[in-house]
Amino acid sequence: MPIEVNGKSFETDEEGYLANINDWEPGVAEVMSKEDDLDLTDEHWDIINYLREYYEEYQIAPAVRVLTKAVGKKFGKDKGNSKYLYGLFPYGPAKQACRYAGLPKPTGCV
Amino acid sequence: MSTLHTVNKSPFEKSSLDACLSRVGAGANVLLLEDGVYAATKGTAVEPRVKQALDSVKLFVLGPDLMARGLSEDRVIDGISVVDYAGFVDLAAENDKVQAWL
Amino acid sequence: MSETIKKFLYLNRKAPYGTIYAWESLEVVLIGAAFDQDVSLAFVDDGVYQLIKDQDTKGIGMKNFSPTYTALGDYEVKKVFVEKESLEERGLTLDDLQHLVWEDEDDDWAEKDSIELVSREEMTALMEDAEVVFSF
Repeated sequence: MPIEVNGKSFETDEEGYLANINDWEPGVAEVMSKEDDLDLTDEHWDIINYLREYYEEYQIAPAVRVLTKAVGKKFGKDKGNSKYLYGLFPYGPAKQACRYAGLPKPTGCV
Repeated sequence: MSTLHTVNKSPFEKSSLDACLSRVGAGANVLLLEDGVYAATKGTAVEPRVKQALDSVKLFVLGPDLMARGLSEDRVIDGISVVDYAGFVDLAAENDKVQAWL
Repeated sequence: MSETIKKFLYLNRKAPYGTIYAWESLEVVLIGAAFDQDVSLAFVDDGVYQLIKDQDTKGIGMKNFSPTYTALGDYEVKKVFVEKESLEERGLTLDDLQHLVWEDEDDDWAEKDSIELVSREEMTALMEDAEVVFSF
């Protein structure tokens, strides 16, 4: 079902992931988070932006444990754990953060 | 009748290239594309076979398929012409028919 | 998590893009990396073409998945064996391949080479030594 962002329509797959990663703009994350009743803070954006950088470099969405390790390295050890990430994204970094970032579902994520 | 022969398989995995080269007549046009482009590169075990073929047939290789595989044009054996998709279309149009060696 | 650690070998023998094997293998490796096994990757025959650097697929309209190999280190895949004879038959050397590294947590995150050049004889030994071989 397509989502509406700033008057534009974005194609998504049956699980709500953006069909084309290149279509993404920040408004996509805003609209998706609103549907989940979540307010995006700077901490959320750090993760979303990091996921986009990761995809840009490696052409995949990272597995959760790869993400937690990388977040710990980049944003501080206290943040490099799944508790922190699930605190930000209650439905899970893959299901929420990657989706907000316009990435496809992480490889191996069921 | 002029024919454009196409080979899209790696010469190390399938015998398509050899099958093609041993059956085409003098003056034939052979285009290497997809995994067939590996045959166009220098220093391989099939280079002597390809060079020998250059004595009697015209060889072409599809540039975008080389680029995709990280093979720059300076790796291509001298005498083989690099063509883009438009060049592929021209070749197909100039020849009476296209024969694929899969 | 599995309690017994097994030696997994992913055997890659196909060139990228012409068929789907290379990308499928990479996906399975990344998924399998979650299971804490002793993972090795082997690149022989046309499989060595997967690792060539500077791949650019814009012209053929396919996804360029070669950057994904550089993520293998993040997934704790540290052993990548490339067969010397396969490179030679194709007019290639190690310099034509991407530089793959992993970071050693126990050595202040020092980057270490993942790729090891091995002879055909050594490759035979690697395959015999593996407990599970996945062929692509």
